[in-house]
This record gives sequence, structure tokens and C-alpha cells, in this order.
Amino acid sequence: MKSFAELEAIRQKTLDQVNLRREHEGTRVVVGMATCGIAAGARPVMLAFLDEVSKRGLLDVTVAQTGCIGMCRLEPMVEITLPGQPKVTYVKVTPEMVSRIVTEHVVNGRVVDEYTIGAADAEDQK
Amino acid sequence: MFELSLHILDLVQNSITAGATLVVIEVIYDTDRDTLTITIKDDGKGMDEALLARVTSPFATTRTTRKVGLGIPMFKQCAEMCDGTFTIESKLGEGTCLTATFRRSHLDLPPLGDLIDTMRSLILGSPDKPDFRLLYQIDEKEFCFDTREIRQALGPVPLNEPAVMEWIHEALKEGFDEVESTHNEQSE
Repeated sequence: MKSFAELEAIRQKTLDQVNLRREHEGTRVVVGMATCGIAAGARPVMLAFLDEVSKRGLLDVTVAQTGCIGMCRLEPMVEITLPGQPKVTYVKVTPEMVSRIVTEHVVNGRVVDEYTIGAADAEDQK
Repeated sequence: MFELSLHILDLVQNSITAGATLVVIEVIYDTDRDTLTITIKDDGKGMDEALLARVTSPFATTRTTRKVGLGIPMFKQCAEMCDGTFTIESKLGEGTCLTATFRRSHLDLPPLGDLIDTMRSLILGSPDKPDFRLLYQIDEKEFCFDTREIRQALGPVPLNEPAVMEWIHEALKEGFDEVESTHNEQSE
């Protein structure tokens, strides 16, 4: 059985980081988790972001959820906000796309245009 | 929804939106009675009788982005399709409890799916409030998981801290393995 002593150790180890993080604005990754999002596959997408953030040890990135963003046909949708920058909305996100979004956008600040809602709109108008 | 655990993930969002501080999720298999029972109980704001009466309709929703709400109706349909039942009880100011039973051997019963991922998503998505208590039971073997105990051990460190999420993942895997392994030995 996993022991609570391990949690105690995690507490000691991460408390400083947690306090530091509270003091400055970080990057937010928000996944739509309403019925539409969940049915379209939001659960593995959200957990893929957690795994990627955890693997890379990205300290100032928070993965969170929201309800229905309002365009159910484009779910799973993910909104990413880097500090001081406008929100970017990714649509029809799959777990396979997550690693590239984290590497290029979250870490290096380059939006992955082809996955964004703007690209999806352009595709529809063709 | 392809998995019952996705329905659970979806329905618990209602509890979260209702401002619950504790959501109790129970998944209970009973081999002798050939049933699977799923219960979701919260202490959120509850519903008045008028809303409760129409909440199983696909055209009832509290959100404003559109006019349909499919979470509860789809779950109800799924239970009834599997020779099961669906009940929802709610009191304004006290909370809501929904229960679905399924005939376990029914051909149309969807797989439970990844309940561990459902719990991880719930905790990651709502790390501050509510607390979650999960009871996963197969006949007499059961596993109980309660975020209140974890929160107590962590103090000011939030549940969505990656190291904590990893611990939670491992703890859930161990608990589920324990329940499922004993069960498989018996059925062989």
C-alpha cells in the first residue's frame, strides 16, 4: 500500500516550490470537460498534458478544467494562456498532439498554428 | 460515451458545479445478484422539485451556452437499456444522490473503462474543492479512496502538484489491483 509517509516527504520537498508558484503568474492549460468534451475524448488529453508537464518538470504550468466552451463539434478543446499573452484555443486535440503543443508552445512560446481554432475555421471555409 | 467511467466523470461535474464539498462515488459489483450499482452522492446545493422533475430530459440544463443537457439522460438510458434502473433524489440545500443499477451480464453493458483515469481527471480538474471518496467493490472485496486523508497529510501542498498526482495514480492502481486480483482468483 502507498504510505502516507511518502506524502509527508512530498510535502517537505515541494512546499517551497508551491509557495514560489503562488507568487507569480504561470502558464495555464485549460481543458473543456463538459459532456461534449468528455464524449469526444477530453479525459486522455487532460492526463496527457499532466504527464508531459510532470515529465518535463515544468514548475509554473497548471493543468485545469472548464465546462462547455461552446463549440461542441470542435471538442476536445484546450485553451492555453502564457503569462502576459492572449489565450490560444486548440481544437480537436488528441493525446498524440499534446507533446508537440507542450514543446513548441508552452516551453518555447511558438503557437502550433495548424492545431488552433483559426486553422479549423479556415478549413471549414474552403 | 463508450465507458461507464466516462459517464461518472461527466456526472460528477454536475456535483462540482453545484458547489459540493464532498462527492461520494460508489461502484459495486454483486456477482450473486448479477448487478452493477453506481452511486454518486454530493452535498451540493441540490435541486428544487421542478428542476428535479425535468432533469432527466435532454432539454433540461443549467448552462447558458446551449439548450441541451445530455449527461443525466444518457446515463439513464444506458442503465435502462441494461435491464437496470435509474433514480435521482435531491433536496434543495442538502445535495443530490443518483443511483443506477445495471444487469452485469447484459450484452449492452458498456465496459467500466478506466475509473482510475476518471478519478485522476476529477482531482486534477478540481484540486481545491470538493473532496472525493471512492468505494470500489467486487463482492466482499473493497477498496476505499478518500482525498480528505491525502489533503490532511499534505497540508498546504495542493492535490494537483505533479508529485502528488503521481502518488494518487500509484495508490489507485494498487487498490484496484488488490480488489480485482482476489476476484479473478475466485472465479477461476
